[in-house]
Amino acid sequence: MALLEVTNLSITFGGLRAVDNFNLTMEKGELYGLIGPNGAGKTTVFNLLTGVYKADEGLIKLDGLDITGHRTAEIDRDGIARTFQNIRLFKDLPVIDNVKVGLHNQFNYSTAESMLHCGRYHKVEKEMDEEAMKLLGVFDLDKERDYLSANLPYGKQRKLEIARAMATKPKLLLLDEPAAGMNPNETAELMETIQLIRDKFDMTILLIEHDMKLVSGICEKLTVLNFGRILAHGDTKDVLANPEVIKAYIGE
Amino acid sequence: MRKTQKKTLITYAIVIIAYIILEIFMKAGMMSSHLKGLLVPMVYYAIAAVALNLCVGILGELSLGHAGFMCVGAFSSAIVSQLLSGAIPDALRFILALIIGVVISALFGMLIGIPVLRLNGDYLAIVTLAFGEIIKNILNSIYLGVDSAGVHLSLKSQMALGLADDGKVLINGAMGITGTPQDSNFTIAIVVLLISLFIVQNMIDSRDGRAIMSIRDNRIASESVGINITKYKMTGFVVSAAIAGAAGVLFSHNIATMQATSQYFGYNVSIMILVYVVLGGIGNIRGSVIAACILYLLPELLRGLNKYRMLIYSIVLIVMMIINWSPALRDKRDKLRKKLMKGAGHGAA
Repeated sequence: MALLEVTNLSITFGGLRAVDNFNLTMEKGELYGLIGPNGAGKTTVFNLLTGVYKADEGLIKLDGLDITGHRTAEIDRDGIARTFQNIRLFKDLPVIDNVKVGLHNQFNYSTAESMLHCGRYHKVEKEMDEEAMKLLGVFDLDKERDYLSANLPYGKQRKLEIARAMATKPKLLLLDEPAAGMNPNETAELMETIQLIRDKFDMTILLIEHDMKLVSGICEKLTVLNFGRILAHGDTKDVLANPEVIKAYIGE
Repeated sequence: MRKTQKKTLITYAIVIIAYIILEIFMKAGMMSSHLKGLLVPMVYYAIAAVALNLCVGILGELSLGHAGFMCVGAFSSAIVSQLLSGAIPDALRFILALIIGVVISALFGMLIGIPVLRLNGDYLAIVTLAFGEIIKNILNSIYLGVDSAGVHLSLKSQMALGLADDGKVLINGAMGITGTPQDSNFTIAIVVLLISLFIVQNMIDSRDGRAIMSIRDNRIASESVGINITKYKMTGFVVSAAIAGAAGVLFSHNIATMQATSQYFGYNVSIMILVYVVLGGIGNIRGSVIAACILYLLPELLRGLNKYRMLIYSIVLIVMMIINWSPALRDKRDKLRKKLMKGAGHGAA
């Protein structure tokens, strides 16, 4: 059974059909790319998948479970985590606390225990610290654990955002333009990181990207969007050779 | 020891040391009775500032009605104290009044929070501003009495209550509440301040606190990692209202005649508490306590200067704002602190 099944997803803003009849099927473990010119509706698809927008029509199924219409926080608990095109870290919190917020729903103690630091507090906090450090270690951020996240260099901020998303133990990870604003070195490092997550956590990843080197380098399959509609989908090589796609990107 | 733990311990230490010094001055008779009378208000405004900082600095929602929560805590606890006065031991009665004052303020916080905290934006500021004024005006026009037949309530006059001979007027309209037992003293106030600090600082360094701060920093991201926004906004706001209620309890047990006037519970009091929070540093709990103490005492201590009093007060406000918020000065301050710490470290070695 497919991990993610999206059928006939559509949304209209005013008179504009931003996403029209969007279909997508992802198997477990796939690394899937979503590309298209500016304004094609890629981020809108992400916002629909994560419940930021409510779809006018269509069905979203994750691992057999219908999650259409769930709210953002529920969808994260259902198993879809995401990063953002413009980085959204908790900028006044230390690096480790950013990840610990991601771990929020996997560890539990009551508000009273929060206020009094009694009961399960010390034990659970220690477990959370260990778990967070393990994740930071994977992303090579463990030395920066006490930095304010706003003070990290750009590339590391991107990594921290991915680490935070991974902390929620998702089944599916959505990356919204992870290489935006990165120099070639940083992009290369990012590609390694993405490969690493895949191998280490056996993660299924859907990513939006403009950097064709990154897309052709790591994505196995692609869907191309243009004006809210699917232009082409299939294996990366075939899609990138498709004359329609080239036309949409470069023009005739 | 973790950095945050060290910071909180320093805060407690500052409060306790300040308490001991002031107690010594008091015992040695080096303090005028005027100044003695200012100590309890100073502490309850510090508590209110801590409460408001939880709301403004940690939760990131502006509230302009914390004097309203103080008012709720003050009146509800005063009624409890009046009813139970003489019936049970004083200490127990005060603790009971404190708990009930806190719980009722928390309930009002919840009532306001349920509709307003679901919205994003500055709605809370407007609604709490209105809440403070409404609660004050309602309490100004209520007559409440109790006798052997039960509770009597009227909106007209004391006579309209129709109390029996054994009756007791609890709230006498605009005349307010008279004769609440004077239980508050400096020691009790400091204990309540320490408890409030304990709760707020613990909360910041916990799972709930992180969730609350993540909402402040980025609501969308916080939702995307599965945080229940409304729940944690409510938690922060209700705790903040409850602590403001505790400040109100100290208020009502420190004043012979309490009326719901603007002087005590108006929006300008809410704004004054907000000034303490902003000048102490938004999100800086220790700063709120220090700013509240300095800024409350200053105008009173400057009374001797008469004409120049408000002039000096406003200069101090400006200087504090510059010291706390100018990036260059903050850098210098942090460097100086590091140097001092290093020096202390060498000294110890």
